[in-house]
Amino acid sequence: MNIPITLEATNNTPTAFQVATRRVRSRAAECTDGYMSSETSTQQSRSLKGEGCEWESVIGLEVHVQLATKAKLFSGASAQYGAKPNSQACAVDLAFPGVLPVLNREVLTMAVRFGLSVNAHIAQRSIFARKNYFYPDLPKGYQITQFEHPIIGRGTLPVITEDGRNLSIGITRAHLEEDAGKSLHDAFNTMTGVDLNRAGVPLLEIVSEPELRSAAEAVAYLKTLHALVCYLQICDGNLQEGSFRCDANVSVRKKGDPQFGTRAEIKNVNSFRFVERAIDYEIARQIQILEQGGTIVQETRLYDSVKNETRSMRSKENANDYRYFPDPDLLPVEVSHAFIEEVAATLPELPWQKRLRLQQEYALSEYDANVLTSNKTLCDFFEEALAHTKASAKITANWVMGELSALLNKNNLSIEQSPISARALGGLLSQLADNIISGKIAKTVFEKMWASGEEAVVIIEREGLVQENDSAALEKVIDELMLANPSQLAEYRSGKDRLFGYFVGLVMKQTAGKANPAQVNALLKKKLKG
Amino acid sequence: MTLSIKKVQETAYLARIAMSEEELNRCHHEIEQIFTLIDQLQAVDTQGIPPLAHPQASQQRTVPDEVTESDQHEKFQALAPAKQLDYYLVPQVIE
Repeated sequence: MNIPITLEATNNTPTAFQVATRRVRSRAAECTDGYMSSETSTQQSRSLKGEGCEWESVIGLEVHVQLATKAKLFSGASAQYGAKPNSQACAVDLAFPGVLPVLNREVLTMAVRFGLSVNAHIAQRSIFARKNYFYPDLPKGYQITQFEHPIIGRGTLPVITEDGRNLSIGITRAHLEEDAGKSLHDAFNTMTGVDLNRAGVPLLEIVSEPELRSAAEAVAYLKTLHALVCYLQICDGNLQEGSFRCDANVSVRKKGDPQFGTRAEIKNVNSFRFVERAIDYEIARQIQILEQGGTIVQETRLYDSVKNETRSMRSKENANDYRYFPDPDLLPVEVSHAFIEEVAATLPELPWQKRLRLQQEYALSEYDANVLTSNKTLCDFFEEALAHTKASAKITANWVMGELSALLNKNNLSIEQSPISARALGGLLSQLADNIISGKIAKTVFEKMWASGEEAVVIIEREGLVQENDSAALEKVIDELMLANPSQLAEYRSGKDRLFGYFVGLVMKQTAGKANPAQVNALLKKKLKG
Repeated sequence: MTLSIKKVQETAYLARIAMSEEELNRCHHEIEQIFTLIDQLQAVDTQGIPPLAHPQASQQRTVPDEVTESDQHEKFQALAPAKQLDYYLVPQVIE
């Protein structure tokens, strides 16, 4: 069980490790650079020459998506997160004698929604099975899941990587299953506390093909999938609360080798950043072992985010014989053609469809469209703001992705928690589009809106921030300034062009920033010429 | 199909059933007899017949997504051998 750990521990010459990480150009190399710093460059290059092969990593992901139902998969207990321990675990969840599971209809709709969105095969007949194992947070002694006949079959997820590559990642299957309870190991001295509120909460496990070739690709896949299930409104997407959890199957092989290497499974990493680090670490670990002539043990490993390493969790050699068999308490699930059609009719616009529409309809760049559609709420916010403004789509997008997102990030708020509503932002941008305020003033007003929750017009009127568009008044200001600065005026007229900026500054100061910059430029140019 | 005693032992372990040697032997014998029956069944030509998941020729009934259960943890926990702060307590589980 601890063979891999021993291999790590006895490795006093990390050169191969370092070289390996360099070769796959993974971020693990960066992470381990400190650890490697005592090695000399000659050692590195010698090792590079010695080993003539390149490594390729093969990654498949299993994502557990918690379905956003009110009740549980097979009982009428609430599935809501965060309740008092065991207050939402009923007789069915606790496996009391004589109880029977009854299927929650909504999960079928949700599973089919997902299936349709990734163009997957939808099984009109699927079967629930029992997966048998013993653990205190699993009262029945088995988990009800789908094994041989999942509800969703093969599909495809279109993914755009951070460096702009278009991937098409195969979905192997997606099946319905119930979650287990939660164990609390540290709170009760020599005992383990068990909270069964989560037991029976519906999950959709989405399994990808082993088609991802780097940690970065895996993260791009996860982000796309996360956005998708949020768009479909089948999951609340809350990573902290475990609504979207990921296991990664990682193996490496020599580039060009048609066979897959032995894989290790990394369990339950619940942030995108940690998934990337855990996979990078695991790739480097496996390459190191293989280059030293060792073999990879098929096992489950747990990622430790504090130490940035994966550790062997339990051996999969003998213990995991789950003895699956069809659950006699549950009949085959049938999904009619009419039902699938019905669900298809309610399918929302999908992220990749929306991305295309934003580019076509609003002439936004691919980058802008990508950022905006990465999060459904963000995109809804943008479109609502746009519906309530006279400003252009580009200006509105810039404000949503720029000023607004920056301030939200700074205050650690999500778009849902924005103190400025989409409508209010639209209102502000209308003032800008109508030349009532300048861009500079707009930022000031924006900050005041953020703090007070007031509408832009209210702030602009009360604080007298209306842009000065009265050219007669502006001319008067300029005339006075020219009189007050005769020497600068003379210098400008004798060819010192850069003094133009000096005069612009004076006008802005005199008008408290309210002058229309374009008008100031035009008038100044005319007047200064004399 | 023949079954080794070791296999019976492993299966007993997976099901967390402690068995004496005598029980193992008896169980081994009984299971072997069941296997004989299975062999007989497997001799039947089932080509082209879809596997049967449930003897009842019907489909799973569903209920609407509604919370129908109330909090009864006090009643349930009255049966628990150990509890604290609303948690069920079990001997510490360490992997």
